[in-house]
Amino acid sequence: MHVPDGFLDAPTSIATAVVAAGAVAAALRGARHDLDDRTAPMAGLVAVFVFAGQMINFPVGAGTSGHLLGGALAAVLVGPWLATLSITVVLLVQAFLFADGGVTALGTNVLLMAVVGVWVGYGVFRLFRRPFPQRLSSVGVAAAMGAFVSVPVAAAAFTGLFAVGGQAPIPVGSVLTAMVWVHLLIGIGEALITALVVGSVVAVRPDLVHGARPLLTTRELEIREDVRA
Amino acid sequence: MTTTAEVGASHGHALHHHGHSPVHRLPAHTKIVALLVFVLAVVATPRTTFWPYAAHLVALLAAVRASRVPFPYLAKRLVVEVPFVVFALLMPFIATGPRTAVGPLHLSEAGLWGAWALLAKGTLGVLASLLLAATTEPRDIIAGFERLHLPQPLVQIMSFMIRYLEVVTGELNRMRIARASRGFQARSLRQWPALGATLGALFIRSYERGERVHLAMLSRGYAGRMPTLHVLTATRAQWVLSGILPAVAVTVCAAGMVNA
Repeated sequence: MHVPDGFLDAPTSIATAVVAAGAVAAALRGARHDLDDRTAPMAGLVAVFVFAGQMINFPVGAGTSGHLLGGALAAVLVGPWLATLSITVVLLVQAFLFADGGVTALGTNVLLMAVVGVWVGYGVFRLFRRPFPQRLSSVGVAAAMGAFVSVPVAAAAFTGLFAVGGQAPIPVGSVLTAMVWVHLLIGIGEALITALVVGSVVAVRPDLVHGARPLLTTRELEIREDVRA
Repeated sequence: MTTTAEVGASHGHALHHHGHSPVHRLPAHTKIVALLVFVLAVVATPRTTFWPYAAHLVALLAAVRASRVPFPYLAKRLVVEVPFVVFALLMPFIATGPRTAVGPLHLSEAGLWGAWALLAKGTLGVLASLLLAATTEPRDIIAGFERLHLPQPLVQIMSFMIRYLEVVTGELNRMRIARASRGFQARSLRQWPALGATLGALFIRSYERGERVHLAMLSRGYAGRMPTLHVLTATRAQWVLSGILPAVAVTVCAAGMVNA
């Protein structure tokens, strides 16, 4: 979903760049409260992790494969502010060092993936964290819900941008329906991967998962007496 | 079907092509500015005239020639735009508006224009970005961003990302080899748990490595900012040299607008 140069017209690209710059500025401010001088090394690693995660191709069938977008995943792992910054950096590096995604479309890509993908994913995650039983295993399920919803929403936002500033008039209604249906399927894949990754991290080091923190603070020391060798 | 190794190979290493051409020697920030102006001019060129695009391509190929990066090296990397070529080819079929006959097909005129514009602008943009990536070391690109006043936290995140990229992709590759040597093949949905666990383990390993590196940096006096040894500067001649390509592009774009 990396938008190239010339995909949207100049006014739309400029508008999305302004919105994206505002969102990144807000994230810079928000992330300051999250962490101290550990922000940069941690966010750098999350950026690498998302970048590497996008390299693993998951077989979909019929010889095609899809890869992770990672917005919801990053938001659950390190919190939405740092996730926005990390994915912005991933997109910068992909555009300037790998020619993936247009340089003038950077604002559009940041808006779709680092803002919409991350925050929709995180919002849905927060919504779904509440009703589930307050156990660590629910974190992965709620994260999956966030990932599942974030993908079609980002696709819908992309279609909306194309309808406003695309190179050709398209039947917005039918393209939107097609995009959302296809991305609902992709969202299932994203949800499964997110659940698997969050689940395996939460099982070993729950302290690393930002989205599991409220659960950890309420957890009490448990002394089991029936331990067998 | 592609394997992870092939995909990894195209992504895991930066595109830098070692050389000492005048383009290689330009300071990174002048090249970033040149790329931005060039691509903006290409995007702003009216799509109803064809010759400005030919002129853009000739100017860009001249810059490629000056960089002495072999053209096949860049051409191979143009595959990153394949998904959007597919989209561009679909556009004449799905776009609305008056139709025109192309051979046996009835295609949307607006869609054909859209497809042409996307292919032309997208390809020029990718080729220009590839030229920057091929002639500039990753750490120089980061120094260039710093010189252009990208917010400090983003510069820091980026420099850590570049620093760890090889380490983490190396780790990922070792895990892939470990899986393959146990007979693992990612063929269907049933293999997803193994791939998910791979990513989970990769995250924990990356994080714990980050913690160790961070402590090591703190004990060496890190206080939230990397020391800069030399500030990136550009002479007037270097600005002029890097400005040739964008200046040509802006002129062509303006001429195209007058003509259109």
